[in-house]
Amino acid sequence: MSQAELDLVEDLLGGSHRALARAITKIENRSPGYRDIVSALHEHAGSAEVIGITGSPGAGKSTLVDKLVKRYRDRGETVGVIAVDPSSPYTGGAVLGDRIRMASNVGDMDVFFRSMSARGRLGGLSTATSDAVTALDAFGKDRVVIETVGAGQNEIDIVRTADSVVVLVQPGSGDDVQMLKAGILEIGDVFVVNKADMDGTARTVAELEEMIHLRSNPRKNLDTGHHRVDEAQGASVVNGEQEEEAATWTPEVVETVATSGDGIDDLAESLAAHRTFLEESGRLREKAQTRYAEEIRRLVQSDLSDLVEREFDARGGVDAFAAAVADRETDPYTVADEVVAPVRACLEETDDG
Amino acid sequence: MSADAEQRTIRCLIAKVGLDGHDRGAHVIARAFRDAGFEVIYSGLHRAPAEIVQAAVQEDVDVIGISILSGAHNTLVPKIVDGLKEYDAFEDTLILVGGIIPDEDREQLKEMGVAEVFGPGTPMQETIDFVRENAPER
Repeated sequence: MSQAELDLVEDLLGGSHRALARAITKIENRSPGYRDIVSALHEHAGSAEVIGITGSPGAGKSTLVDKLVKRYRDRGETVGVIAVDPSSPYTGGAVLGDRIRMASNVGDMDVFFRSMSARGRLGGLSTATSDAVTALDAFGKDRVVIETVGAGQNEIDIVRTADSVVVLVQPGSGDDVQMLKAGILEIGDVFVVNKADMDGTARTVAELEEMIHLRSNPRKNLDTGHHRVDEAQGASVVNGEQEEEAATWTPEVVETVATSGDGIDDLAESLAAHRTFLEESGRLREKAQTRYAEEIRRLVQSDLSDLVEREFDARGGVDAFAAAVADRETDPYTVADEVVAPVRACLEETDDG
Repeated sequence: MSADAEQRTIRCLIAKVGLDGHDRGAHVIARAFRDAGFEVIYSGLHRAPAEIVQAAVQEDVDVIGISILSGAHNTLVPKIVDGLKEYDAFEDTLILVGGIIPDEDREQLKEMGVAEVFGPGTPMQETIDFVRENAPER
């Protein structure tokens, strides 16, 4: 690691806001040396409680985050917030507008609010976000809140880097078929019906509760993976029914009016209950390990794809191959085999040795 | 142009500071910057200088565009400059001021550390080009 990066890490750990901000920029930009920075920060992270908040545009996420953060601050905790907004697919530009709604926490430097844009990357954004969480965690934030629009798979990946996921809906947001659809409703640990002073709140709450009820049963029967894992490890889960019962979290539904702060205490309590569940059931550790497994895979895949790009360049670029395929001189499978062959040969050689 | 944007994304804070409640111009600039491929953080109305400093530091922006129509620039801009210095963020942040600024105040603002003042009627492209050319190297 170069001296500049060492200094940056040292300043960050020493509590410099500027260094924290700069480190996140390097992470976002994938600047040279950002990997060394994240590596160095990793051992200092791991104590922050990470909360993901998602929901459709206009559901009131930013206002809710503002009030939730205020509540944590009132208890003396320090908070980091990462707000992810979409970027233009045409220009890459973005207006990151969530900061405006952090009205309760303005001027409070112990709330570190950072806007991130999607920058058109798919897989990379969730890696960048979780690296930014690592930076805030190492900086010493007690809580980190990730806020994102729950529009697509990518955004779902981002909130899933959190320990607890809050899904926000507003009353009257669609009929009951919406509740049947796959997507963000499947990932919530806590559901918030925000704008609960509006008409239709009771119905939306009832629909969510019905959905949760329906989902918890079939899942319990289908989700036999844990039994198998436990048996393989020789753990005594012969009478697994109770254990399974104890290790299942039933999502809670909370009503809030974010603009007035009503229901924020209920939300915080629900999140605390989920946290307790995660810790006592051992799921916290399990979740972290699953996340790291995914992250390692993603990193290795992205490194490998860089190697492949280099291999293409060395052989005259992918376009030449494509032209040959279009001319029926060769076919995509043969080309793929050819390009991967050296890597495969190398790996087989090491296996033999 | 787009190749540049891919290499490094320019981050801007568009700041409304003080009491003036008119931000149509700030919205127009925010949108033009977005369309130029910048990442724009808009502060919202009625911000105190300390809030602008907090946002600029946390968001690690390359550029702050301060929009002032109320005539309070001589009191507000120095506070922002001082705040940035306090966090070691002054040296590598490009500060622009837009809005209603009398000619005789321009020099004073520039001495304070403002890179350029853009009055009413400045073509948008001129502002965008200025940011591209002068965004600090990091």
